[in-house]
Amino acid sequence: MVAVRVLGVLGVLFVLSIIVFAMMYLAPGDIVKNLLGNRPMNPDVVAAVREQYRLDDPVVVQYLSWLKGFLTGDLGESIRLQVPVADAIASRVGITAALCGLAFLVSVAVAVPLGVRSAVKAGGWVDRTGNALSILGLSAPTFAVGLLLLYVFAYYLPIFPVYGGGDGGIDTLRHLVLPAITLALGLGAIIVKLTRTAMLRELESDYVTFARSRGLGERLVRRIALRNAAIPIVTGASLVLTFLVGGTVLAETTYALPGLGTLLQDSVLFKDIAVVQSLTLLVAVVIAAIALIADLTYILLDPRVRRQMGAAS
Amino acid sequence: MSDIRVIGPAPVRRRRRRLPIGVGVALGVLALAVLAAVFGKLIFPDAMHQDILAATLPPGSEGHPLGTDELGRDVLQMAVAGAASSLVGPVIVAVGSMLLGVVMGTLAGYEKGWLDTLISRWTDLLLAVPVLLAAIVVSGVMGGGYWVTVALLIVLFSPSDIRIVRAGVLEQSARPYIEAAQMLSLSRWRVMFRHILPNVTSLVVTNLMLNVAFALVAFSSLSFLGVGVAPGTADWGRQLTDGRAIMFQNPAAVFVPALLIVVVAVCVNLVGDWIGQRLSQVGEEVR
Repeated sequence: MVAVRVLGVLGVLFVLSIIVFAMMYLAPGDIVKNLLGNRPMNPDVVAAVREQYRLDDPVVVQYLSWLKGFLTGDLGESIRLQVPVADAIASRVGITAALCGLAFLVSVAVAVPLGVRSAVKAGGWVDRTGNALSILGLSAPTFAVGLLLLYVFAYYLPIFPVYGGGDGGIDTLRHLVLPAITLALGLGAIIVKLTRTAMLRELESDYVTFARSRGLGERLVRRIALRNAAIPIVTGASLVLTFLVGGTVLAETTYALPGLGTLLQDSVLFKDIAVVQSLTLLVAVVIAAIALIADLTYILLDPRVRRQMGAAS
Repeated sequence: MSDIRVIGPAPVRRRRRRLPIGVGVALGVLALAVLAAVFGKLIFPDAMHQDILAATLPPGSEGHPLGTDELGRDVLQMAVAGAASSLVGPVIVAVGSMLLGVVMGTLAGYEKGWLDTLISRWTDLLLAVPVLLAAIVVSGVMGGGYWVTVALLIVLFSPSDIRIVRAGVLEQSARPYIEAAQMLSLSRWRVMFRHILPNVTSLVVTNLMLNVAFALVAFSSLSFLGVGVAPGTADWGRQLTDGRAIMFQNPAAVFVPALLIVVVAVCVNLVGDWIGQRLSQVGEEVR
């Protein structure tokens, strides 16, 4: 089962890599010109670019050599920054990872308890507030929330810095607070909904009624129910992930954080194709990996599946 | 196995239910937004008129209740005139992805076999792609524009519609009335679109509303990132992006369009949820 799943993921990545590679050809204009960017055109440079990207070889050979480059960490050179793409990504990946991690922690810490409470007291004021917040979180574009927080907490009440990534350590953390909260609102909205739906279903099931009738404390009952509800919540991780990717780009742009999101945006606007290709494929790989991990966690969380796996192997 | 259902004109009692206040307000707001979309450009024909002398006026200035932006354009007029561009795109995206979803989902659910496998794999692939990322990359690299973005979002939004329709069709096609229709040797198109489709409409309509809200947010996000709507167009996302530079001089230039996007999206969501509940209840009553 796991092997089939892994093969499926590899298949998806393969198809995506072809699409991403084709981007070079889909971009309007002359390929060589696009790859050269602002560098002056002269026959030597053109020949060098043609050689580097193997433009004179059949497309399949081009693709394979490009893929080999990607797999070995040779991602080409950014025409905008004039540095290897791998370096550009490496210098910015930290802040994006910190932002996503922080936002994820905040949203889980708030949204899971809120979702559980909403389900336990369905129709109560916590539930209605939570529901209103999650509709707002899903409806408000990340940048709108970001700009509002920026205006209130960085300009009107200057508690947090307005722009930029800070000088590392605590200062960077201070710069990340507002972007992380911005991102966490949208993430939290999804997680609240997932948690609430899953918990509601569990609380209505027979084993909960049985546990209650045996006189188990409500806290314990809730813990048991949450353990079962964890499965659909974790399976919903792909939804959270796809939001997180877009949200990060928006949050970073709003707060001018020097992360991967702004790198992508700048590169797209500049048509810095090598960077765009690398980032897109990288994101696809990360998403596929996390989705796979979520599936494996699912096996760990559900003893029934675990036993089946044991019986099968 | 032997569940026999009486099919036919069930006695539907039309109980008049009171409209929840929130939904009523939401409907009112949406009606206003639609009015602005239809008549906005007629009311303020020169909303995009630039007047550098009147640039970056704060709210409350004479003749400009919400101030002006960096190019001296009136914030209020732009907001009204921008309704059309901001709403038409998302509605077309939602309707387009619904049509795509209905056709592909029905085919997959009814025909099954290799067609189903193919369509299902296709939706799996698209669902793994972050919508915003794909839209930025493709419309950015290909040199987007409004209609390219619309087409792109239709494709990227369609997997949820396809899945919903497919699941609904699968559930319906096992029912006796479909068997009966097949026995009458009705053509498969007739069975699919005249008999099954009406029974999955409630699912589709609910998702349509949700998609309008998501598309609105996606559109404005793309404008914010500099792809999508061309500069100089009256459009909320565009207006907000242009206003960012003068956010501290005239906050209205940013927050008026931002608020409009959020309010409209919330209202669409509220109405969508309500329609979803209503339709699922109606279905239960008939059954």
